[in-house]
Amino acid sequence: MSVQILIVAEHDGTRLNVSTAKCVTCARAVSGAVVTVAVFAADAAAVAAQAAQLAGVDKVLAVDNPANAHALAAVLAPQVAALAGPYALVLGPSTTFGKDLMARVGGLLDAPQVSDIMAIESAVRFRRPIYAGNAILTVEAVDAPKVVGTVRTASFEGAASGGSAAVEKVSLNVTLPTHTRFVSVSAARNDRPDLQTAARVISGGRALGSADGFKILYSLADKVGAAVGASRAAVDAGYAPNEMQVGQTGKIIAPELYMAVGISGAIQHLTGIKDARTIVAINKDGEAPIFEVADFGLVGDLFQVIPEIERLL
Amino acid sequence: MKRILVGIKRVVDYNVRIRVKPDGTGVVTDGVKMSINPFDEIALEEALRIKERGGADEVVVATVGPADTQQQLRTALAMGADRALLVQADGVIEPLVAARALLKLVEREQPLLVILGKQAIDDDNGQTAQILAALWNRPQATYASKIEITGETARVTREVDAGLETLDVDLPAVISTDLRLNEPRYVKLPDIMKAKKKPLDTLPLADLGVQARTQLKLVRFEAPPQRQKGIRVKDAAELVDALKKKGLL
Ligand SMILES: Cc1cc2nc3c(=O)[nH]c(=O)nc-3n(C[C@H](O)[C@H](O)[C@H](O)COP(=O)(O)OP(=O)(O)OC[C@H]3O[C@@H](n4cnc5c(N)ncnc54)[C@H](O)[C@@H]3O)c2cc1C
Ligand SMILES: Nc1ncnc2c1ncn2[C@@H]1O[C@H](COP(=O)(O)O)[C@@H](O)[C@H]1O
Repeated sequence: MSVQILIVAEHDGTRLNVSTAKCVTCARAVSGAVVTVAVFAADAAAVAAQAAQLAGVDKVLAVDNPANAHALAAVLAPQVAALAGPYALVLGPSTTFGKDLMARVGGLLDAPQVSDIMAIESAVRFRRPIYAGNAILTVEAVDAPKVVGTVRTASFEGAASGGSAAVEKVSLNVTLPTHTRFVSVSAARNDRPDLQTAARVISGGRALGSADGFKILYSLADKVGAAVGASRAAVDAGYAPNEMQVGQTGKIIAPELYMAVGISGAIQHLTGIKDARTIVAINKDGEAPIFEVADFGLVGDLFQVIPEIERLL
Repeated sequence: MKRILVGIKRVVDYNVRIRVKPDGTGVVTDGVKMSINPFDEIALEEALRIKERGGADEVVVATVGPADTQQQLRTALAMGADRALLVQADGVIEPLVAARALLKLVEREQPLLVILGKQAIDDDNGQTAQILAALWNRPQATYASKIEITGETARVTREVDAGLETLDVDLPAVISTDLRLNEPRYVKLPDIMKAKKKPLDTLPLADLGVQARTQLKLVRFEAPPQRQKGIRVKDAAELVDALKKKGLL
């Protein structure tokens, strides 16, 4: 029996975000999945072409509209809802884009949403973390003609390329609201690997002491090609920008190597790194909880240890 | 009357170490400290600040939940809310139900702004604000770290993956809070006394004409897998060696 699944693509207008490829892998885990990716943009052609190349995608819908130049949930949701008719499952990534949008779609469709899907057992049965990852819940949709979901990107590998799905242009006849207007977005710096996809991440905590203190991490990160993250305490103190925050209320990541430097290991921080392959902790307090999850622990002063590591490379 | 409606959810306090019941039917909540969801405290603080700046006349807090939520509503009144609404319902309240109930309150109260938390730290759903905005057919500005109201619009700075995004939304609107929006005030003892006299109205969910349906069956709760305990290295050299051996550096 086939199961029709719709995935809402995340992109920046020109490039498809890897979160979409992860949604495809999640969707493919449903037996009989027929996967359609919808791209909403001012001009969707380039992104749609990238989506069509993902292995496991059966069809791509390209929805052009000048109103789609910025991803505003209030503008996108009625369009997603208009497309959703034939689909049993409507997925987006559990990124700020997807979380903002998909729940609004669920509201319009009157469909229950399963947030942060970490495993998919069927089109109606899912596993997801709750209580900041302190419990894993299996849920099953009952009496729901449709289910909306957000996919925890750290739980899935991105689908490979090699697909050749057909791209279909779609024009939708929906009235879009003008009550929500994009003003600006702070320019993210691009000269370092992206925190969410980097193979190596080095994060700093309150112990770094200042924005200047973070420079020793940037220096080491640049030498090993790592992204730099931060604890909430470091972000709150203004040592690092908010987009660098890792954890329950920041980014959930799954790098090959995670180095926690001067981070105590609060449960809300650990939530964000549970899926890291190898965790390294550097902390001067041998009792810090971060050591309970670390594969390699080094008790020491980071201001000595970090420059030394850099010298040794 | 310019009114702000704030959603309050009663949750297990964020300092409590969560334990899954051995039979997998839930997490242990007996004798566990319960609190206002931290993001809702931030929502209330923001509403109070807007009122204190003259941007609103009244702050109303509302919950959909068990009778015990009175405690959290009293705390909210002590923080400075003017009145409280307790929509009484037992058991799991799914976001679609919470949002439908909040919509009914919105229709009655006609707020200029609804402020909710970005997520409840028990179910971690992160849905209710967006669903309410959809049902109400009004703007949403989620993950707010700054709110400025000028006349009929709010300029909201949002914490998104790329950094900070700024939106203009026409009022009324739904805003959800992120952690850095503000730091909630402490409740003072005299305010707790005063809060006892503030109005707290209770009504059953059914009186709002909202059905407490559940569409997501909670099949099983499990403890998360534990990571293997690792090893201690004595210095930077040993660490670099170990990481190189694993091909990580
Ligand atoms: C609802 C909620 C959500 C939250 N979400 C998040 C989240 O997403 N991410 C997050 O990170 N936090 C989050 N927090 C905050 C979390 O609870 C902790 O407060 C925070 O993670 C602590 O950050 P830290 O480890 O940098 O600081 P601290 O806990 O202060 O730890 C600093 C560490 O540095 C060590 N140290 C000090 N000096 C040195 C030195 N010279 N060399 C080596 N080590 C040194 C200390 O021994 C200590 O262990 C959240 C909290 C709440 C309530
Ligand atoms: N039962 C409820 N009663 C009142 N407010 C709620 C309720 N459930 C959720 N909310 C609000 O919606 C926010 C997000 O909740 P959730 O979608 O469950 O993560 C919370 O922080 C509250 O502000």
